[in-house]
Amino acid sequence: MLRDITLGQYFPGTTVVHRLDPRTKILMVVVYIAALFNAKNWISYAAVLAFLIFAVAVSRIRLSAMLRGLKPVVFIVVLTSLLNLFYARGEPIAHWWIFTITREGIKAAVLMAARLIMLVMGTFMLTYTTSPIMLTYGLELLLNPLKKLKVPVHELAMMMSMALRLIPTLIEETDKIMSAQKARGAEFDTGNLIEKAKAMLPVLVPLFLSSFRRADELATAMEARCYHGGEGRTRLNVLKFARRDYLTFAVGLLLLAAVLVLKRFGL
Amino acid sequence: MDNTVIKIDGLTFFYTPDDEDTAPQDVLSGVSLEIEKGSFVAVLGHNGSGKSTLARHLNALLLPKGGSVTVFGMDTRDEALMLEIRRRVGMVFQNPDNQIVSNVVEEDVAFAPENLGVPTPEIRQRVDEALKTVGMYKYRTHAPHLLSGGQKQRIAIAGVLAMRPKCVVFDEPTAMLDPQGRRDVMRIIGRMKNELGSTVILITHHMEEAARADRVVVMSDGKIVMDGPPRQIFTHVEELEALGLTVPGTVKLMWELRQRGLDVPLSTLTVDECANALAAHFAGK
Repeated sequence: MLRDITLGQYFPGTTVVHRLDPRTKILMVVVYIAALFNAKNWISYAAVLAFLIFAVAVSRIRLSAMLRGLKPVVFIVVLTSLLNLFYARGEPIAHWWIFTITREGIKAAVLMAARLIMLVMGTFMLTYTTSPIMLTYGLELLLNPLKKLKVPVHELAMMMSMALRLIPTLIEETDKIMSAQKARGAEFDTGNLIEKAKAMLPVLVPLFLSSFRRADELATAMEARCYHGGEGRTRLNVLKFARRDYLTFAVGLLLLAAVLVLKRFGL
Repeated sequence: MDNTVIKIDGLTFFYTPDDEDTAPQDVLSGVSLEIEKGSFVAVLGHNGSGKSTLARHLNALLLPKGGSVTVFGMDTRDEALMLEIRRRVGMVFQNPDNQIVSNVVEEDVAFAPENLGVPTPEIRQRVDEALKTVGMYKYRTHAPHLLSGGQKQRIAIAGVLAMRPKCVVFDEPTAMLDPQGRRDVMRIIGRMKNELGSTVILITHHMEEAARADRVVVMSDGKIVMDGPPRQIFTHVEELEALGLTVPGTVKLMWELRQRGLDVPLSTLTVDECANALAAHFAGK
């Protein structure tokens, strides 16, 4: 049952978006967010939305997957929209008890909801179309300049990819331990929240112990295979910017420029 | 001398205890052993006999507390030579899940050559070659956690082969595998010795696996107690059983028959040999 979790939310594919260099995608997310937060009017929003829709369409990610991913943020979207709805000052159109709804409030609420949803969906485009390994590798390369400031970039990237590597193994193990505890009469599905949390304790303790053992063995195996940090390491798959990457950059920067111009002239 | 790839001389080792009051217990006490180039040596022993600890000395994962270990002429205590030693002596461990480092098969196999700074085109070549040797080439883009235990262990072996080691130490590589996975791994070990000319050291407690080696070293309580070709070692049925080890089923059968007064040879390591020996015995009667 735990095995059904979609790990890292990656949907394998071979579309142009999938094949883009992970560095391109990470930087594009940054550009996209910058554009989104500088959008102050309907035209800018429409431009950013068009960009998002284009990316989703090209990547062939199903709309249902995009919507399902939104579930965890629904609460935040609703809350921020409500706050915007009631706190904006301006021309009142409705009044009830201490609440006043203004024309500006409605506009702010709608735009805020749109902004948050588009923000989350934009980041999905990165994680849905990039394998965790490529994502880590891209991040490592992008952060490489920080090595000069003594930031352990390689080590952080290695930790992240090890964590990603161990997730399926640990899920399998959790499944096994839960089955073993169930066979001895443990109940995980009944009782209130506190009882359920307590029932998880006999699962977590062995899981933790075995994780430490695993980490130890994995470290030994890595050493046996000559791992000695990032120094002098080469790569099987080397990332290289292709024409599609430069094109994507051009489109992204154009979008950002347009949004900034629109903002400057207050259109 | 030139044919010796590993020379262990009076090796002593103990784990430093956590509190200072307890005296450290020797895990290995005065082990001396020489391993020849291209040989296939099985190290047998029950749990706690020190065989895994011995294995970890062969590629400088552990360093001797007394005595010395010399690998391809290099002393393992020389820290500057550590990588040179480890690239020559590969090691495959028991649990395949705990030695695979990547979510993609070919990237995992590439891990060691990447660490060694091998140029990218050559890494590709080595990875393909290693995966073909273990028969997992068509799985190169798969996720390891979706493969069977035996397949994962073959990936782990490929990961070691990609270093192009001269010698490979297998530390109970089949202990967690099903019979099919066990057969596959043993077949690859055989190929490595015969086709690649590697020196193979197999740590095991499976007699049938040890029977395939050229030489069997039996350990108990941190010491080497027997050393010789399998045919000779397995005739010591009672001594082995006293050490908590069983002998191969065929040898055991012959031994029982001899106990009942039949004059059959003891050194039958395979079922075929055993059957032939029995047929010859009864035909001669």
